[in-house]
Amino acid sequence: MTIEDWLKATLADAEHRGLPELKPLLEGLAQATTLLRSAGFGGSANDLPDPGEDFDH
Amino acid sequence: MKTLTIDEFARQIRTKQITAVDVLEQCLERIRTEDPQLNAFILVMADEARREAQRADEELAAGLDRGPLHGVPISVKDLFDITDTPTTAASHVRDGHVAGSDAIAISRLRRAGAVLIGKTNLHEFAFGTTNEDSAYGPARHPLDPTRSPGGSSGGSAASLAAGMALATLGTDTGGSIRIPAAICGTVGLKPTYGEISAEGVVPLSRTLDHVGPLTSTVSDAWHFFHTLRGDTVLRPLAPSAVRQLRFGIPRKYFCDLLDPEVRRSFESSVDALRSAGATIHDVEIPNARFITTIYVHIVFGDAAPYHAAALETMPERYTPAVRMRLEMARYVLAEDYTRALEGREVLRREVDAALSGYDALMLPTVPIPAFKIGTATVDLNGSKEPIRNITLRLTQLFNITGHPAISLPCGKTSHGLPCGLQLVGTRGQTDQLLHVAAGVERVLSV
Repeated sequence: MTIEDWLKATLADAEHRGLPELKPLLEGLAQATTLLRSAGFGGSANDLPDPGEDFDH
Repeated sequence: MKTLTIDEFARQIRTKQITAVDVLEQCLERIRTEDPQLNAFILVMADEARREAQRADEELAAGLDRGPLHGVPISVKDLFDITDTPTTAASHVRDGHVAGSDAIAISRLRRAGAVLIGKTNLHEFAFGTTNEDSAYGPARHPLDPTRSPGGSSGGSAASLAAGMALATLGTDTGGSIRIPAAICGTVGLKPTYGEISAEGVVPLSRTLDHVGPLTSTVSDAWHFFHTLRGDTVLRPLAPSAVRQLRFGIPRKYFCDLLDPEVRRSFESSVDALRSAGATIHDVEIPNARFITTIYVHIVFGDAAPYHAAALETMPERYTPAVRMRLEMARYVLAEDYTRALEGREVLRREVDAALSGYDALMLPTVPIPAFKIGTATVDLNGSKEPIRNITLRLTQLFNITGHPAISLPCGKTSHGLPCGLQLVGTRGQTDQLLHVAAGVERVLSV
C-alpha cells in the first residue's frame, strides 16, 4: 500500500469513526512512515545487484 | 532536600543511629507536607509500610540482615503489580483493578527487605514524557511546581528528589527513567534489555520496555539493580579510574539540538573528564536520522493490540491526548512495523560499532532542562520542536538497541535546574557501565 493510499484510507476511517482530530496526527505519521520506507531497511524483492559487483547466480 | 542515600541508610541503621521506622516516618512526613503540591503519589501505603519497617528493624535486631536495601523506603511507579493493590497506570481505564500477585521486581524488593512506601504518578500508560496526561493530574517538579518533572516516571523522580523516598522503581520505554532523572537531578539507570524482568508490569512496548531504578547515587543504583536482578551474592562497586577510560561522543544528531545551558553543562563535564585524564573522541551513528521513525513504528505497533479492546469499549476513560496517540497507533501497517524492526538491527550494529574501543558513549540525557507544564514546543536553533520529540531525542535509541544507559547529574542551569549526562555501555555489561559511571560521578561531583 502506498503512503498516499494509506493516508487517504486512514483519514476516511478516522472521519467515519468520529475522530477528525486524528487528521494532523495521521499526516505526521505518514511523514514518519515515508522517512522509514526511504531507508530501505530489510531490502526489497526487486533490489538489483550493483552492476559493479560480480554476479554469477 | 538532601535525601539520605541507601549507603548512608545502610551504615546508620547498622550502627543504630537510625531505625527503618524513623526514616519511614520522615518520608511520610515529607509526603504529608509536599505531596499536596507535587502530586507525586497516586497511592501512599502508610500502614503497610509501617508494618514492613517495623519488621525490618526487628529482623536486624534479631541478626537477620537482608542486605543493602533492608529497611529502605522505596516508591514504585504505578505500573507495577503489588498484591492486593490497584495498578492504575495513571488511567481510569484501569479503575477497579486489583493485582493478584506481585510483579517479579516487587518480589525481589520484598525479599531484600525494602519498605514499599507507595505508588507514584506517571504519564498515562507511560505513553508520554511530561506526566501531564494522568488521570490523577500532573506530577510537578520539586524545585519549581510550575514545571514538569519529566516522564513518564515523573512521580517517581519527584518522590526521590523531594525526599519522600530514598529510591524509586521505574520503567523506561523511550527514556522514561533517564529523562525524569536528568530533569530532577537524580541518577537513573536503564539496564540492558531483558536483564530485569518486566513480568507483572503494565506494558507499553514489550520490545522496548525496560525496568530500572532511580537513585541519589551510582552506588545506590548498583545496590538496587543487583536486587532487581535477583543477585544474592553481594559484589562491590569498583569506580573506574577515569584516566584509564575512553569515551565516544556521538556529536552529530545528538548534539545538534541542545538548549545553550544544557550544552554548557555537557561541555563542562567533558572538559572535567578530559582534565581528569579520560580519552574522548567523536564517534558517529550513521543512521541516526531514522531513530525517531523506527521508535515510533515499534512502540505504536506494540501498544496498539494491548489497547485495542479498551479503545473500543471505554475510550472516554483515556486522557484525550493519550487516546488519540493510541488511536493513531492502530493504523500502523505490519510491513512498516517490520521495516522498523529491521532498522533496529541496523542501529544496534551501529551503536556496537560506535562503542568499539570505548568504555562508554557519552552524550546529554535531555536537550532541555525542566519545562513549564503546558509547554507544547520549544525553540532550539531557530526551529520549534515538539516537547515530546525533543525529550525523547537522546534516549530512545538505546531502548531500540537495548544497550544499558545511565543518566547522572552534571550541573545546573542559571535558574538552578538540573542537567543530565548520559553514559551508554556495551550490551550485557551493565555492571561495567556502573563501574564507569561511578568513576565519572566522582569527577563531576568535585
